[in-house]
Amino acid sequence: MAIIPLERKPLTFVERTYLPGIASGLKTTFKHLFQPKVTMEYPEQRPAISPGYRGVPTLVKDPHGREKCVSCQLCEFVCPPKAIRITPGEVPADQTDRTHVEKAPQAFDIDMLRCIYCGLCQEVCPEEAIFLQNQYSMTGYSRAEMVNDKARLYELGGTLPDAHFKWDKKLVAEQHGNAH
Amino acid sequence: MADFYFNLPLWFRSLVQGLAVIAVIFPIAGMCSMAERKVSAWLQGRPGPNRALPFWFAWVPVVGPLLQRLGIFHVMADGGKMLFKEDSLPGHVNKFYFILAPIIAMMPALTTVTTVPFGAYFDVAGNVIPLGLARVDIGLLAVFAVSSLGVYSLILAGWASNSKYPFLGGVRASAQLISYELAMTLSVIPVFLWINAPGQPGTMSLARAVEFQSQPGLLGGAWFIFIMPVAALIFLVSLFAETNRHPFDMAEGEADLVGGFHTEYGAFKWGLFFVAEYSHMLIGSGVFTLLFLGGWNPLPWVTLSQLAVWLHVAQLPLVVGVLSIAIFLAKVLALIFFFMWVRWTVPRFRYDQVMEIGWKKLLPLAIANLIAYAIGIAVLQK
Repeated sequence: MAIIPLERKPLTFVERTYLPGIASGLKTTFKHLFQPKVTMEYPEQRPAISPGYRGVPTLVKDPHGREKCVSCQLCEFVCPPKAIRITPGEVPADQTDRTHVEKAPQAFDIDMLRCIYCGLCQEVCPEEAIFLQNQYSMTGYSRAEMVNDKARLYELGGTLPDAHFKWDKKLVAEQHGNAH
Repeated sequence: MADFYFNLPLWFRSLVQGLAVIAVIFPIAGMCSMAERKVSAWLQGRPGPNRALPFWFAWVPVVGPLLQRLGIFHVMADGGKMLFKEDSLPGHVNKFYFILAPIIAMMPALTTVTTVPFGAYFDVAGNVIPLGLARVDIGLLAVFAVSSLGVYSLILAGWASNSKYPFLGGVRASAQLISYELAMTLSVIPVFLWINAPGQPGTMSLARAVEFQSQPGLLGGAWFIFIMPVAALIFLVSLFAETNRHPFDMAEGEADLVGGFHTEYGAFKWGLFFVAEYSHMLIGSGVFTLLFLGGWNPLPWVTLSQLAVWLHVAQLPLVVGVLSIAIFLAKVLALIFFFMWVRWTVPRFRYDQVMEIGWKKLLPLAIANLIAYAIGIAVLQK
């Protein structure tokens, strides 16, 4: 590539006083006075949450309103800051269509003071029962308030669509003598 | 009412007037700190502080939210915080001088107000009577003499703090203020050479400078900024340096000196430094307005007396007085805005650059300017 020598002109006298430079700088900053403000005033204006956002971890139910978590405790074991604490238990006797699932969490606590929002629990969950959703603002006046219990987790999580209905299929297979 | 007032002893009237002026300067200095925050925010594309709203004011319809958006109540919140937070005294400081420094900072700032006229009215004969606390003939000389004492507060604060950064800040401040005082003083001499025509009693009065800019005619009505632009520029640049404003805020220099001379200060003592800085800015802007921007004349070539005649208020001294003060204050506040505007435009100079501009550029320029105008005035006024 050809080298093009550029002539560096010395500054003229007017330029060396810096006054034209300062004047044009003042013009630029003055324009900024009237430009629209870029600040999002938070409590009134909320940011748009993009898909895939990792917010507060929540438990979700399937479209029939049934619990999905089977209390396998994989999320508890994978959780790097040990924020999740699960007490496994039996499936309640009144849920007759789910007795073959065998286990359900008796208690499910996520300590939001420990949670680092890494999403490993969502990634590890074989039942697609735990999701990091859009909720991003967690506040409380005490440490106890910052621990989300099972009821609160389901309240935050709501219901998400399910493509598999894994345990329904297992039930059908079992009835046809073809379990597992 | 007026008779009763003028029959009071002189010392009592002076006291009342002095307190009245301080009662105006102090809130304006406080509001300037708010304006600083708002203007900084607007220049950076932010809305600035707009949250504080006292509950007893929240129900006022339109005005309440408007004042809230303008951040007016943050002034009270700031002031209240400054007043009531713990005023800790570091263990390693020289306590007497440490406490003395912010007091000394306030004294020249409030003393110079006395010699700065801030308005005018007409007596029955149509003479212009300037409004001011002390109508002294040495005017500007007194302002320079007293305001230069302000540097002692910075040196004292830097030294009494007994730690490295305040000490460096104090040293920088003293060197800088002394350097730019020379150029500043030299730059206004042409103005008074021009005012003090031969054969008249000599004066350094600021009111006389305004009077001189209110004469009829093309040259008489011109503000001194048009007649002596170089002098005005030198004065303005020196004013930035003297008030420790950007781009000359070497004494604070938070990037390299933490907080400079006020690193060890907090709470109300720090607030006093702040108010003193803004008072200095107000007085400096006032002097600049009087000398170069025609004082209380509304526009170049339009004098206060003409405006009063057009508005049919020439016979009402009270109205003219308020009008003149409003015009003067508007100019001063516009200059304060200019201070803040420059702050976000020009980056801070390096310390050696500050010294170079002061000694190698402004001082020779001021001397050359003085000689040129001295010759010109000698030829014109012969």
